Amino acid sequence: MRFMKLATIILVTIGLLALTGAVFADQKKLTGKLEIFSWWAGDEGPALQALIDLYKAQHPDVQVINATVAGGSGINAKAVLKTRMLGGNPPDSFQVHAGQELIGTWVVANRMEDLTWLFQQQGWMDAFPKGLLALLSTDKGIWSVPVNIHRSNVLWYIPANLEKWGVTPPKTWDEFLQIAPKLQAQGIIPLALGTTWTAEHLWESVALSVLGPDKWDALWKGELSFTSPEMLKVWDLFGKILQYTNSDASSLSWQQATDLVVNGKAAFNVMGDWAAGYMFTTLKLQPKKDFGWEASPGTDGVFMMLSDSFGLPIGAPDRDNAIAWLELLGSKEGQDTFNPLKGSISARLDSDLSKYNIYSQSAAADWQKDTIVGSLVHGVVANERFMDGFATVMDMFLNSRDPSQAANASEAIALQSGIGK
Amino acid sequence: MRSRKDRLFAILVLSPSIVLLGLFVYWFIGQTIYISFTDWGKVAPLAAHPPIHFVGLENYKTLFTGILEGRFRQDLVNTFFFTLFFVLGSIGLGLFLAILLDREPKGKGFFRTLFLYPMSLSFIVTGTIWRWLLAPRGGVNVLPRLVGLPALRFEWTNSRTQILQFDWQDLPKLTVLVVAAVLAFLVVRNLRRGRKWQGLFTGIPAVGLVLWYVFGGDLIPSAGLLFPEKHGFNLAIIGIIIAAIWQFSGYTMALYLAGLRGIPEELRESARIDGCNEFQMYRRVALPLLKPITLSAVIILGHISLKTFDLVFAMTGPDHASTDMPSVLMFIRTFRGNQFAIGAAIAVVLFILVALVVIPYLFSALRARSST
Amino acid sequence: MSTRLSPTRVALYVLLVLISLVYLIPIYMTFITALKPPAEINLETAWIPSRHLYWASFADAFNRMFPNLRNSLILTFFGTILSALLGSLNGYVLSKWRFRGANLIFTLMLFGMFIPYQIILIPLFQTLRNMHLYGGLPGLILAHVVYGIPITTLIFRNFYVQIPNEVVESASLDGAGFFEIYRRIVFPLSWLGMVVVVIWQFTQIWNDFLFGVTLTNHEWQPITVALAYLAGGQAVQWNLPMAGSILAALPPLLIYIIFGRYFISGLLAGSVKG
Repeated sequence: MRFMKLATIILVTIGLLALTGAVFADQKKLTGKLEIFSWWAGDEGPALQALIDLYKAQHPDVQVINATVAGGSGINAKAVLKTRMLGGNPPDSFQVHAGQELIGTWVVANRMEDLTWLFQQQGWMDAFPKGLLALLSTDKGIWSVPVNIHRSNVLWYIPANLEKWGVTPPKTWDEFLQIAPKLQAQGIIPLALGTTWTAEHLWESVALSVLGPDKWDALWKGELSFTSPEMLKVWDLFGKILQYTNSDASSLSWQQATDLVVNGKAAFNVMGDWAAGYMFTTLKLQPKKDFGWEASPGTDGVFMMLSDSFGLPIGAPDRDNAIAWLELLGSKEGQDTFNPLKGSISARLDSDLSKYNIYSQSAAADWQKDTIVGSLVHGVVANERFMDGFATVMDMFLNSRDPSQAANASEAIALQSGIGK
Repeated sequence: MRSRKDRLFAILVLSPSIVLLGLFVYWFIGQTIYISFTDWGKVAPLAAHPPIHFVGLENYKTLFTGILEGRFRQDLVNTFFFTLFFVLGSIGLGLFLAILLDREPKGKGFFRTLFLYPMSLSFIVTGTIWRWLLAPRGGVNVLPRLVGLPALRFEWTNSRTQILQFDWQDLPKLTVLVVAAVLAFLVVRNLRRGRKWQGLFTGIPAVGLVLWYVFGGDLIPSAGLLFPEKHGFNLAIIGIIIAAIWQFSGYTMALYLAGLRGIPEELRESARIDGCNEFQMYRRVALPLLKPITLSAVIILGHISLKTFDLVFAMTGPDHASTDMPSVLMFIRTFRGNQFAIGAAIAVVLFILVALVVIPYLFSALRARSST
Repeated sequence: MSTRLSPTRVALYVLLVLISLVYLIPIYMTFITALKPPAEINLETAWIPSRHLYWASFADAFNRMFPNLRNSLILTFFGTILSALLGSLNGYVLSKWRFRGANLIFTLMLFGMFIPYQIILIPLFQTLRNMHLYGGLPGLILAHVVYGIPITTLIFRNFYVQIPNEVVESASLDGAGFFEIYRRIVFPLSWLGMVVVVIWQFTQIWNDFLFGVTLTNHEWQPITVALAYLAGGQAVQWNLPMAGSILAALPPLLIYIIFGRYFISGLLAGSVKG
């Protein structure tokens, strides 16, 4: 009898150990494929590749397919992704701007899995700032894992040139409007601008400076009308600022606009902080010494963010592999591997800042303490239908410079796209 | 004699193509037309089973009279002017080059390949390079400095100048005028050729339309917009036209070269014997014989111009209304704005435009063919 | 006729040279940009070549595009051959075998030439997926062949119309059937028509981007997609895509140089009048 009991205990223990071993082995040993869809190409490639290498080290039996679609300012990638999704062939995970670009397109269409459980499991509810979490979620859940953070509202300049011309970076747009004529008199373009989307990019900094973070949020919740007096003020101010930009703006890419500043043809440029990557990596300029930055006029203390993120589509062919990918993306190691190469900063509050250059360190410091709001142009606060229509409104305004026309048109588009519903 | 078996073979050989085209062209067109009559793109367009409702001509109304789609109407005007100048320019330059090469210069083969090669490039590559060349800051504006002249100051695709302006609201009135003018031209031609009855038949409506325009002009309905809307010929398109002509004049040159080579030497000789110089010879003898080539070139170039997408997209990006074309708008409305129904409606309009250009040609070509 | 060095002759050469220069400007720009290191690429100095020729761009671009080169070659080779064959057979039927409705069918076929590709992207994708042809080269080849049917049929039909009906009649009186006539009479005469079709389809298929990027999986994408990749990224290093486009343009350019004069003869021999 006792022998039987002992035998049973031994057998059960062995069985339990084997089971645990099997469970653990299962967790580590992922096989199959992982298809990652993105539009990261060219100089953004190495950052993604580093993440993929990290993933392959952790899961050597998974074949990672890096399906990048470049070109067309991201529209080609959207075309391919939407064609695939409509055709019933989703990738395992795809790059998408965090916020309404994801929510307003894919979440409302019931195409994404809720990731709240993953966030809780991985401790991300505390690792990411609350402001960011709010932008990633709806009342039905959290929808994507942010890989990086870029800042939109940055003003760039070359300190040596400013000294030469006798000006300092303006703290408000009124200051800018005062020094601009002086610069023009010396034959310098006060503010460099590029093609239409960069004008929208400038617009959102201007709007933020007029509205402040609270009213900016209210606008996208539908609580502030696009035809309100504040918005008319925004368009009015924007029109005044445009007078001090270069007339050939629409033929310049954003880099060519930055080139104007670097070459001493222009004084300032408002652009996201990928400009730092461009100046640092491609043009080999040193941050703080060769190029300088400030929060764009009137937005000090506010961090207007955009974030590349990955979600989990319903029906992902290799769901476990995709979840492992998301875990890697949100981890400290993943983010601190990816972001120094990409030129952006980690979304986590516990990032290892020693790996980043001087600009990124300053941006990370701001990320910790500033008020966080979302960018319009880069898909955080408004859905794709609105952004698509707004681009036409902006092009119209660049032609006509008519504030009430632009305000009315934006209100119409906002209604059509369901902003704030 | 054609046996029945051979007839069967003929149809069998043709059937794969018929089936494939029936599916890949006509069925897809049908689907697109159907989508254009729905509101797909209203709520959650990318869902696995999106809610679709039939809305009839609503999308077309939006395109032609909605405030927010002024861009679409500008695209139509743009594409009209682009097609006009692109076709004229390509034919003119192609003919000119063909005549030059017809003079048998040394190195003819080299020149011919040189003028032909731009066709081998993709539109995307051409668009990107020409974008650089036409940047007002660098690019061709800087070239005159090489010979000591001051730099050009034209803004190329940045230009916001618009000439030949008209109000979209007046479009029906303008159409009446144009139709009257065409009829008047036909009247004159008929009378000149002594066709009295046909002259009368075309004359009466012509006069009627003119009278209507002059006296009852206000009764002609407006185009249905809420506000007057100015459209015209955007000078910015000139840059696109130049790039497109650069790419395609080699093709028309090849067509005309072949045509010129096909003119029998005896005809040229007899023209010379009659005392024509070379210039007159080309004008009196060669040109009329090249008419069928001109026609086919017009059709091919015309439909390419209506389909232009890659070139415009590469040169001026997705949001540049002054050079925009319907195909670009269709692409971004569908894939960036998730408005599939509007995209489909734009596609159908584009389609109808192409059909208008192509169908008359097909009719005349087939009528000529059936006498072979 | 061939008067040497008369003023008109000189004027002719001057004109040709001037126009050639204009044609060469974009090529010049592409080349010097390809040969500059990234930091030197600037609108200000766009016309000025770099002091030190930066040949690394070509090597770099070639390495990155090489895997896709195989795809493009297979795609274009099979796509062109298949379209040409199909077009030739169709053209033969439509020009030499009268039956009721032949003209209507021809018109309907031709109409397919005129659709813009963006319209049919989504249904095309879904259809190929339903046929289990999505993702690899066979599906892409099928798409190109189908949309090439109208133009190739048009070219061959107009070409074969030139073959006198008496030749065909006498052959059939001798007892030749449908396929014999094609094999012995029509096909051997198709050389020039083939040249026109091959040049046209080769260019179209080689340069296509939209179908290539949408209908294939990553490993089967053609060279145009690799080129777009080079021109992607936040800060484009233009020397790479410029070098890449030069490389990608070489095969079609080669075809044009070799077959260029036959292109013209081919156009003369019949397609011209269509």
